[in-house]
Amino acid sequence: MDELLEILEKDGRASVEDIAKMLKKKPQAIRQAIRRYEKEGIILKYKAVINKELIKEKDVEVRALIEVNVTPQKDVGFDRIAERIYSFPEVVSCYLVSGTYDLLLIVEGRDLHTVSSFVAEKLAPLENVKGTTTHFLLKKYKEDGVVLKHKEENKRIAISY
Amino acid sequence: MMISKKVQNMQPSGIRTFFDLVLGMKDVISLGVGEPDFVTPWQIREAGIYSLEEGFTSYTSNKGLYRLRLAISRHLHNRYNLDYSPEDEILITVGVSEATDLVLRAIINKGDKILIPIPGYVSYGPLTELAGGVPVYIDTSKENFKLTPSTLEKHIDKNTKALILNYPNNPTGISYTKAELKQINKVILKYKLLCITDEVYGDLTYDFEHTPFATLPKAKERTVYLNGFSKSYAMTGWRVGFACGPKDVIAAMTKIHQYTIMCVSITSQMAACEALHAGRSAVEYMKREYRRRKEFIMEGLEHLGLKCIKPQGAFYVFASIKDTMMGSLEFSRELLERQKVAVVPGTAFGYNGEGYIRISYAASFENLKEGLCRMEEFLKTIRRG
Repeated sequence: MDELLEILEKDGRASVEDIAKMLKKKPQAIRQAIRRYEKEGIILKYKAVINKELIKEKDVEVRALIEVNVTPQKDVGFDRIAERIYSFPEVVSCYLVSGTYDLLLIVEGRDLHTVSSFVAEKLAPLENVKGTTTHFLLKKYKEDGVVLKHKEENKRIAISY
Repeated sequence: MMISKKVQNMQPSGIRTFFDLVLGMKDVISLGVGEPDFVTPWQIREAGIYSLEEGFTSYTSNKGLYRLRLAISRHLHNRYNLDYSPEDEILITVGVSEATDLVLRAIINKGDKILIPIPGYVSYGPLTELAGGVPVYIDTSKENFKLTPSTLEKHIDKNTKALILNYPNNPTGISYTKAELKQINKVILKYKLLCITDEVYGDLTYDFEHTPFATLPKAKERTVYLNGFSKSYAMTGWRVGFACGPKDVIAAMTKIHQYTIMCVSITSQMAACEALHAGRSAVEYMKREYRRRKEFIMEGLEHLGLKCIKPQGAFYVFASIKDTMMGSLEFSRELLERQKVAVVPGTAFGYNGEGYIRISYAASFENLKEGLCRMEEFLKTIRRG
C-alpha cells in the first residue's frame, strides 16, 4: 500500500504540508495524489473515531451483530438481497461471509426495542431471508484497529543514551 | 575511600547532572531518548507471557536457549547469507552492552589499544579501560563523522588490537556503504586487527542496504558481530542481544558470561524467539515510520537553520549549534529550562561532540512538531541575544 494511504489511514487529518515533509515530496504532488485517490474511490471518506461509551447523554445507540441466512437468487447471487438489506439506514455494516450463515450485519438503533423491531418488522419478513440470529453488543473493546480507551502515559524515561 | 582507582578515574560527567535535571522535570517534550517510542509488538509480549504461564522460569544454557541461537543463525543466513553455527559461534547476552564488555574483556591484555571513533556511543571507552586496555579515540568530526581508511591507518601502532565500529551510528546516524566498509576492512586485514561491530541499528538503515562487516571478503574470522533486539523490535527493556564470532572468541566470552551473568532471562529469550519468528512486519512498519519522521525533522531543522549531516540510519540527528556560540551542555540546559525540550548534548559522546546536540526522532509526530516549534522560539530568543 502507498505510504500516503498508510499515513492517512492512521490520521485522516494529517496536513498536506506535513505529509509532504514526511515523504519528501512537493505539497502539490501530495494534494494531487489525494485528489486522485478520492476520485478513484480509494479514499471514500474522512471521519472521526468516537468512543461512544464515554458520551453521557441518554440517546446513545445500541448495536447488534445479526447473522442472516438468505436464499441467493439466480444470476445475481447474494448481491441483490444484500443491497435490499444494507440500504436500510439502521444497517451500519454488511458482509457476505463463509460458514453457517450468509450475511453478517451490524445494526444500530436507539435502544434494544428499536433494534428488535427492525429485525422483526423489516429484516425477517423479507422474502429471501430464511432466518436471523441477533447478538446485542455489551461492550466495545476495540474497533477497526482502535482500542477504545485512553492512551496510557508514555512509560519511557525522558532521556537516555 | 574503598573505591578502586580505576573506577574513581572513570569519566566524571556534567552530563549526568543534566540527565537528572531532565528526569526531575514534568511535561518535557523529549527528543533525548535513545530507544524506540513503540511498545514491543504484542505477539512478542504475548510469547513472553505465555512462557511464564507454561512455567519456563529456569536457567538456560550459558550460551542461551538453543532455539534462539538457531533462530538467529537462520535469520542471519536468510537475510545476509551470513553463516554462524548455533553450537559455538553465537552467544546470547544481556543486550549489546554486555556483549561489548565481554568481548573487550576476552581480548584485551594490559596496555592493548582499542580504536574508538568519536563521537560515539558512551560505553566503549570506559569498558576498554575497565578491561585494562587503552582507548584510542579517532576524531571523525572533520570528515563528516565518517571513519576513513587513511584516518584509521594513522591511529594504528604495534599495540593496537581492535577497532570498535558502530554503524548506523549513535549519535550521528551515519552509516557505511558496502564499498566504504570494504576499504576499512582492507586496513583491518593489513594490520591483522579485530573488528568489533555494534550493528544494533542495522535494521534501521534508510538510504542503502545494511552490510554486516562479517560478510566482507575474509572479514568473518576477524569480526565479532554484535547485535540485539532492542532497537529493531522495540525491546530495550527485555535486555537481549547476541554476539557472533570466531569460536575461540565466543568461547572466551562465554567463560566470562557464565560467571557474571549465568544466562539471559529465559522470559526475554522466549520473547526474542518470537520476535524472529513473527516480528519482521513490525520491524518494517516501524522503519517506514522512522523514515517519515526523519524526513519531517530534517525539513524542520533546515527551516530553523540548524546544520546537520544527513543521517543514514538509526533514529538520531546530530545537529550543529555552533552558530549560536553556545556550548552543547549550556544550549541543552537552556533549551530545557526555557522551552522544556530535552536533547542530549553532543559532548556526551566525546569531546568533539562540542557544538552539537543529538536529537532523537523516536518520538510521536505531535511531539516532533511541538519540539520543533519550541526550538524555534528558543533560537529566536538567543539569536536576538
